[in-house]
Amino acid sequence: MTLLLSRWQFGITTVFHFIFVPLTIGLALLLAIMQTAAYRARDDEAKRAKWEQMAVFWRRLFLINFAIGVVTGIVQEFQFGMNWSMYSRYVGSVFGAPLAVEALLAFFLESTFLGIWIFGKGRVSDRIHLASIWLVSIGTMLSAYFILAANAWMQHPVGYKIQGNRAIMTNFWAVMTNNTLISSFLHVFTAALVTAAMLMLGVSAWHLRRSQKAGAGAHPVFSTSAKLALIVGSVAVVATMFFGDNQARLMETQQPMKMAAAEAQYNTQNGASFSLLTLGNLSGDPIFQIRIPHALSVLSDNSWDGPVQGINQVQAKEQATYGKGSYVPVLWVTYWTFRIMVGCGMLMFVGLLWGLWLMYRRKVDTSTWFLRLAVPALLLPFVANATGWIFTEMGRQPWVVYGLLKTAKGVSPIGTGYVVTTLIGFTAIYTVLAIIDFALMAKYAKLDADSVDEHDGPTTPGNDTGAGVDVHQDDDDDRAPALIY
Amino acid sequence: MTMTTMATAAPAYTGLEIFWFLVIAVLWVGHFALEGFDFGVGMLLPVVGKTDLDRRVMINTIGPVWDGNEVWLLVAGGATFAAFPNWYATLFSGFYLPLFLILAALIFRGVAFEYRSKREMPKWHLAWDHAIFWGSLVPSLLWGVAFANILRGTPIGPHQTYLGSFFNLLNVYSLLGGVTTLLLFALHGSIFLSLKTTEDIKERAEGVAKVLAPAATLALLAFLAWTYVNARDAHYVGIVPPFVPILAIIAVAVVGWLMRENLAGWAFIANAVAMVGLIATIFLNLYPRVMVSSISPVYNLTIGNTSSAPYTLKVMTIVALIFTPLVLVYQSWSYWVFRARVRRPAIGAVLPVADPPGTDDTPGAATADGVPAATADPAGTPSDGGTR
Repeated sequence: MTLLLSRWQFGITTVFHFIFVPLTIGLALLLAIMQTAAYRARDDEAKRAKWEQMAVFWRRLFLINFAIGVVTGIVQEFQFGMNWSMYSRYVGSVFGAPLAVEALLAFFLESTFLGIWIFGKGRVSDRIHLASIWLVSIGTMLSAYFILAANAWMQHPVGYKIQGNRAIMTNFWAVMTNNTLISSFLHVFTAALVTAAMLMLGVSAWHLRRSQKAGAGAHPVFSTSAKLALIVGSVAVVATMFFGDNQARLMETQQPMKMAAAEAQYNTQNGASFSLLTLGNLSGDPIFQIRIPHALSVLSDNSWDGPVQGINQVQAKEQATYGKGSYVPVLWVTYWTFRIMVGCGMLMFVGLLWGLWLMYRRKVDTSTWFLRLAVPALLLPFVANATGWIFTEMGRQPWVVYGLLKTAKGVSPIGTGYVVTTLIGFTAIYTVLAIIDFALMAKYAKLDADSVDEHDGPTTPGNDTGAGVDVHQDDDDDRAPALIY
Repeated sequence: MTMTTMATAAPAYTGLEIFWFLVIAVLWVGHFALEGFDFGVGMLLPVVGKTDLDRRVMINTIGPVWDGNEVWLLVAGGATFAAFPNWYATLFSGFYLPLFLILAALIFRGVAFEYRSKREMPKWHLAWDHAIFWGSLVPSLLWGVAFANILRGTPIGPHQTYLGSFFNLLNVYSLLGGVTTLLLFALHGSIFLSLKTTEDIKERAEGVAKVLAPAATLALLAFLAWTYVNARDAHYVGIVPPFVPILAIIAVAVVGWLMRENLAGWAFIANAVAMVGLIATIFLNLYPRVMVSSISPVYNLTIGNTSSAPYTLKVMTIVALIFTPLVLVYQSWSYWVFRARVRRPAIGAVLPVADPPGTDDTPGAATADGVPAATADPAGTPSDGGTR
């Protein structure tokens, strides 16, 4: 029971954390781009004002979102010790290192320069203020890289040896350049950009539609935001699919069971078809199915008639290697989460291409159906992100570290009552936070682009002298920090 | 160097294990000395902050830096995981519910800073003020409770498994430890506020500091004396040179005097020294143990039987030696950037317009909170504040 509840707790925490994190990663980079554009246009007042206004608008949403990403990240760091202490003992020597390095390299960078970025305008030069958002963005990417290094090691352990009853790191470089890591980082990072772009597109579309209905012209902030989102989003969605495909190929050799489970494919096949959807059950005898011939072989082996291993064959093989037991994950979860993820990705791909075409014909601002559909479509990346993680983690079961340690062996020897308490506690907290967050996001997303909030800080261009004057007379420093919070 | 007389599993420690034990102590010092004051500011919100605007000023003194301060905790957690996985595993699975409370507190506190200003409703502000207060108070108390228990000993049995329950962690000694850190942090916050605010907020903070200083001194004196008695009775005093706890007590004892002499900067340093002395006493008393078993010394967790593989420690050492100086440089620089005092009139200077149109906030709510309207004299007058 402790095991089951601990798994639910881990899953809930991780999925909740990952609602916010991709948006943080993506928006940080987009904000850095906007602020760079504003900085470069500093001699062209109209252009500069537009980019700066954009940065102010998206910054509010970024900060609301950032806060939850940070605090749920704290839980992530400590829950390995709380609920998965046996796992922590087993993997600590390998798995702990990227976590510690993440905190040292990424968290300090993000948090310190976020402080400079939020509060520092007017106190540091514009150039340093611009550098600080880039450093925040780099911090979010580093953070993603190190935490995915830890996760990739669970999917595909490298650079270790088993000593006694634990895994010992033998090659840090191998852990940090794991091919599973590079592939999943690129997939996650580009997906984060898609997430931010889809949100930006959806919110901009809502505003553009509203001005259309009011008979007003498109606001340059939203018009430009929509275009930026379309360009970044289209490139990123193609890249996400490309790296996702790359991951599938690695999966076929590294975790064949996961690939088979994604498809609920029972037997090894040459030229395997891709099942689009299934009605009935997944036990190999469906009521109704749509399949694309040869597609699965192409996806996972890059060849028309390549072999794709089936569940039964992999089960037999793993049983021979690791001993008796079932090595099959929960099929309906893997099958459907994989399909939902890919489906959302495909929809976004089509939608973004449509938008690009409209943009080419200069019709984004005046289109009706595109803008109308772009608003609900902002949910797609969030669904894809969640299902993607559920798939890759559930698909690895029963292993917590593939081939080395089963999930059941990793759980803490603690009473069920404790886990029930924290499961209820964390879930209640997340629910409350989610409601507040969505309400605030909606409120600030609907704000006019021209509205200025006192919490946005000084609107006049920063004092270019930066820090360094009034050294000895803090009390007389008239550039007192703005009250942002 | 080791003076242990007990039967521990592997008494041959490599230099790196000792080094990482030291690193983790330093990380906790960083967390206490830095986040200590932002916890303190949070706890003092209802005491020093008479109006919504006062509290806003207080929150903005820590606004740019609290998140960076909290990272010291995350690095301490990550470093413990990487360098002493068994310590990390036993500590956090053993001290399960207190850790949950700390995490819950830090969650609400963290979002409170950002969300408090997002709606101009007095009730909304007040709710988040509560979150900041409790979110600061709970960890301030519980980290002291946790360290006192680590040192006092908890029921740790074979296989480094915690066999006790939540209630084993509640005892007079550990609660005294909790009260000690709570008072030290509150004092730290009040000194910080007196350095970073002006006028009546500053005066109230100074008043609070003068009351808290003797209380914190008494608590620290009692806690360290009890710690010494415990150690003597257990015939295990670790490797604590007596001057370390004595220095800690003297440091906090002079805080009140320094505050009366208007030397708040020195008082802040003295209080930080007291925290260094407290952490140093705990860690030196522990050494080479990292968690004490109350069942039998055989089950003690030590730097030897909890540590990571030598290779991991070596890699981590290289990474830490390269990047820690860099982090220290830019974090110190950020404190330098925000060295100016935060004052109420500054709000008038940054207020471009009143309420944004098109929000669901009631018009004029900003002025109701005591925020001067856009047309107010940017120079501001003291009467601008606290008018609600």
